[in-house]
Amino acid sequence: MIAERQAHDRSVVGALPRRDFLKLSVAASGGLLIGLYLPASKAAAAATFAPNAFVRIGTDDSVTVIVNHSEMGQGVFTALPMILAEELDADWTKVRFEPAPVDPVYNHPVFHMQITGGSTSTWSSFDQFRNAGAAARAMLVTAAAQRWNVDAASCRTEKSIVIHSASNRRLSYGQLAESATKITPPQQVALKDPKDFKLIGTPLKRLDTPEKTNGKGIFGIDVKLPGMLTAVVARPPVFGGKLKSFNADKTKAMPGVRKVVEVPSGVAVIADGFWTAKRGRDALQIEWDEGPMADFDSKAQREQYAAMAKQPGLVARKEGDAGSAISSAAKKIEAVYAVPYLSHAMMEPLNCAVDLRADHCEIWTGTQLQTIDRMNAAAIAGLKPEQVQIHTTLLGGGFGRRANPVSDFVSEAVHVAKAAGAPVRVIWTREDDMHGGYYRPMFYHSLVGGVDADGNPLFWSHHLVGQSIVAGTPFEMIIKDGIDPTSVEGADDVPYAIPNLSVEYHPAKIGVPVLWWRSVGHSHNAFVKESFIDELAALGGKDPFELRRKLLTKSPRNLGVLELAAEKAGWGKPLPARRARGIAVHASFESYTAQVAEVSVDSDGKVRVHRVVCAVDCGRYVNPGIIEAQMQGGVIFGLTAAFYNELTFEKGRIQQSNFHDYPMLRINETPEIEVHIVKNNEKSGGIGEPGVPCAAPAVTNAIFAATGKRIHRLPIRMNEAVGGSKEDLK
Amino acid sequence: MISFSVNKRPVKVDVDPSTPLLWVLRENLELTGTKYGCGMAQCGACTVHINGQAVRSCVAPVSRAAGKEITTIEGLSPDLSHPLQRAWLEIDVPQCGYCQSGQIMSAAVLLNEIPNPTDDDIDQALTGNICRCGTYPRIRRAVHRAAEMMAKGGAR
Repeated sequence: MIAERQAHDRSVVGALPRRDFLKLSVAASGGLLIGLYLPASKAAAAATFAPNAFVRIGTDDSVTVIVNHSEMGQGVFTALPMILAEELDADWTKVRFEPAPVDPVYNHPVFHMQITGGSTSTWSSFDQFRNAGAAARAMLVTAAAQRWNVDAASCRTEKSIVIHSASNRRLSYGQLAESATKITPPQQVALKDPKDFKLIGTPLKRLDTPEKTNGKGIFGIDVKLPGMLTAVVARPPVFGGKLKSFNADKTKAMPGVRKVVEVPSGVAVIADGFWTAKRGRDALQIEWDEGPMADFDSKAQREQYAAMAKQPGLVARKEGDAGSAISSAAKKIEAVYAVPYLSHAMMEPLNCAVDLRADHCEIWTGTQLQTIDRMNAAAIAGLKPEQVQIHTTLLGGGFGRRANPVSDFVSEAVHVAKAAGAPVRVIWTREDDMHGGYYRPMFYHSLVGGVDADGNPLFWSHHLVGQSIVAGTPFEMIIKDGIDPTSVEGADDVPYAIPNLSVEYHPAKIGVPVLWWRSVGHSHNAFVKESFIDELAALGGKDPFELRRKLLTKSPRNLGVLELAAEKAGWGKPLPARRARGIAVHASFESYTAQVAEVSVDSDGKVRVHRVVCAVDCGRYVNPGIIEAQMQGGVIFGLTAAFYNELTFEKGRIQQSNFHDYPMLRINETPEIEVHIVKNNEKSGGIGEPGVPCAAPAVTNAIFAATGKRIHRLPIRMNEAVGGSKEDLK
Repeated sequence: MISFSVNKRPVKVDVDPSTPLLWVLRENLELTGTKYGCGMAQCGACTVHINGQAVRSCVAPVSRAAGKEITTIEGLSPDLSHPLQRAWLEIDVPQCGYCQSGQIMSAAVLLNEIPNPTDDDIDQALTGNICRCGTYPRIRRAVHRAAEMMAKGGAR
C-alpha cells in the first residue's frame, strides 16, 4: 500500500520530499546533531551553563529550552522542552522555553531551514532535543564527579540533581552550572531506554498556558518599540492589479498621519497608531490598473475546470486498468466533487514590526518560515541575511499562512520601514487578511467507479483539477513529472484494495495566490476519497464500515484506527430517528485517523453534529494532552470548512470579507468530540494537521446515512444535495 | 480628555472620542491582552467589561467608557488566581491563545450572572467568541470547573 510505504519513508514528509528540499544552509550534522556553538545573541549570559544551542541552565536552577519551531497553538513550546528535559533529567517545574533566533543551528533537521509546518515539529526534532538534553546531563554529571573526585558512572541524576549515592552527596544543576561550562561536550551520549521515560508520553500541562491566560503573552501585533509608528496598506482589489495613481490629500490632513507612501504592494499610510492609519487608508482615493484578473469569476472558473477534467491528465496513480474495467462492472457511478478557495483566517490578522537601520534590521513577527523571511527581508533592505534578525513572537494561529515563500507580510513591512524612517509595524485588518490571497486552492474532482456482481469495488477513476501551491515558488522543485505532490496527496495513495485504480491530475494556472492550508491536499482529497468509497459501498449494498474494513486488510494502521473509532462510537447500534453515523479514515503526515460523526438532519434540512469520535495513531508520542487538543481543534477546523467556508470571486473581487460572511464554527455548534489515541511503538507522525481531513467526509457520509442525500460540494448546502450521484455542478 | 477607570486605576486619555476603546487600551494604555480580531463585533477577541458588562471594545467608541469602570484581562486578577484562570490552567485550555482573553472575559460575566451554568448557558454566553484553534470543548469543561471552584471557595 502506498500510504503504508510513505508512512515509513522519511523522504516524504507530508508533501515535502527531503532530498529535494531547498538546501539553504548546511545542517548541523554528524555527532550529536545538536549545535555545539551558540549564536552570538545567546552566548553572552554569564554564570549560566549553555552546553549547546538548545538549553541553558542558570545558577538559580532554571532550565531554559530554546525551541526552534514556532508556537502557533500546536504545543511545541511544551513538547520539545519535554523531550530535552527527559534526557536531561530536569525538574519539570524549573523548565522554561524561549523561541530561537534565526540561525542555521536552529534549522529544521529535515528541511534544512527554519520552518514550522508539515506537522513535523515534534518528530523531526525528537532526536535533536534528546541528544541536547543527554549531552548537557553528561557534562553536569562529569562536573559533579570531578568535584567529588568519584567516577562519573557512580553518579545518577534525578529532577535536576546529581546524586552520588555511595557518599550520599547531592548537587543541583544550578550549583554545577558554572563548573559544567569547563567540561568538554561529549561526542557520544547514551540515550534512555524509552521504557524509562518519565515525562515523554505523559499529559503534562503546557508551559505557555499562564501567559495565554493573563493577557501577558506577546503576539506580533502586541510588539511595541520605542518611537514605533503603525501602517495600514491599501492593496489592489484584484490579484495582479497595480497602482495607477492616488490622491492622499484627505489622508494627509488627518491629525496623526505621518506619511503616505507608495510601496510595491500598494499605498501605505503611516501614522501614530492603528486607528488613524486605518482611517487614513480608507480615505485614500486610488485608481488601480486591475490587470488580467479584472473579470475573474468563480463560476467561469468552475466551468473551465469541468472542461479540463474531461481531458487526459497527468497520471498520479495507476493500478490495473480502470478504463477497460468500466465495461465489466456490474454497476457504476459517476460523481463530481468541488471545494472552494479557503482563507486560513487565523484569529490574529497578519502583521509585522520592523526596525530598519543602516547596518542591520530587526523584525518582530509571528512567522513559520524564518530563514526565507530573513533572506527576503535582507534583499529588500540591501543587507546581508546575517544583518537581519527575526524575533519570533507567539503566533495567533498559523495554519500555513505564516509560511509564505515570498514572505508577503514581512517583505511589505520592510518596504514600509524603508519609507517610514522610524520603527514601524504593518497591521492588516481582518478584511485585508481575508483579501490578501494565499488561499487553499479551489479543486474540482470528477470520479467514476464501479462494483462487481458481488458489490465489491472493481474500479476507481479520479480526475482532479486545481492549482499547484508550489509552482513558481522556491519549493517548486518538489513537482515531479508535472505533478505537485501536495495537490494529489490523499488521492494518489488511496489505501483501498481496488484492482483497477487511476488518478489523474490537471494542474490549473490561475492568478490567485495559493498556499498550504492546514492539512494541504488532504483537506480536499480526503473528503473526495472518503465520500466516494461511501458511494461505492452504497452502490454495492455494503455497510460503509465493513467495506472499508475489508479493503484495508493490508493497511493495518488504517484498519486499526477505523476499527477503534467504530467500536468507541458504537457503530451499528440503534440511534433515534433522523440521526445517523458516518465514518471516514485517512492517513496524512505519517499519522492515521478515523472519525465517526453522529449527525441529525431536521425536516428543514438543518444539520446538527452531535458527536464526533476520533481515533488517532501517530506512533510514539510525547504528550497525549496536546494530541487530544490538536485532534479536537482539527475536527472543528474541518467542520468549519465543511459547513461554512467559501471564498468566491466576482469581477476579480473576493465576495467575502470578515466573519459575518466567512463564519467560524462557534461553541454552541461544537459537538462532543472524543479522542482515542492508539499506543504503539511505530515511528512518530504529525499531529497538528491529521485531525482535519476526516471531519467533512464523516459528517457528509452521516448526512447520506440519515437522508439518502449525498453532499458533493463544500460547504454543505442541503438544498443542493441529491439522492443520486449524477449531479452537475455547472 | 476622556476620563475613566481601567482595572481600578483612573486614567485620562486625549484621543478622538470616536476611536474604538480597543485601540485606546492597546496603544495608549499599553494593555495588549485585549485583542483585535475582526473590528466588527463578530469574534469577541476584544471583549472587556464596562461596569461589569461584556462589551466588544472594537466597536465601542472610547467616549462610551467615560466615567465608567473598565476591566480587562490584566485586571481580572493580578496573579492568575481568578477561578476561571485557575480552571484554564487546570484544563490547559489555550492553543494559540489569541482569543483566550476574550473567552475568559465573556465567561467571567456569565459566572457573575449564573454561578452554576449549564452547557446551554455556556454556549449562549460564549457564542460571540470565536476560537479558530477549536478549544471549545476545553472551554466548556473549564467554565464548569471554575463554577465548581467558586461554589466551594465562595464568590470572590
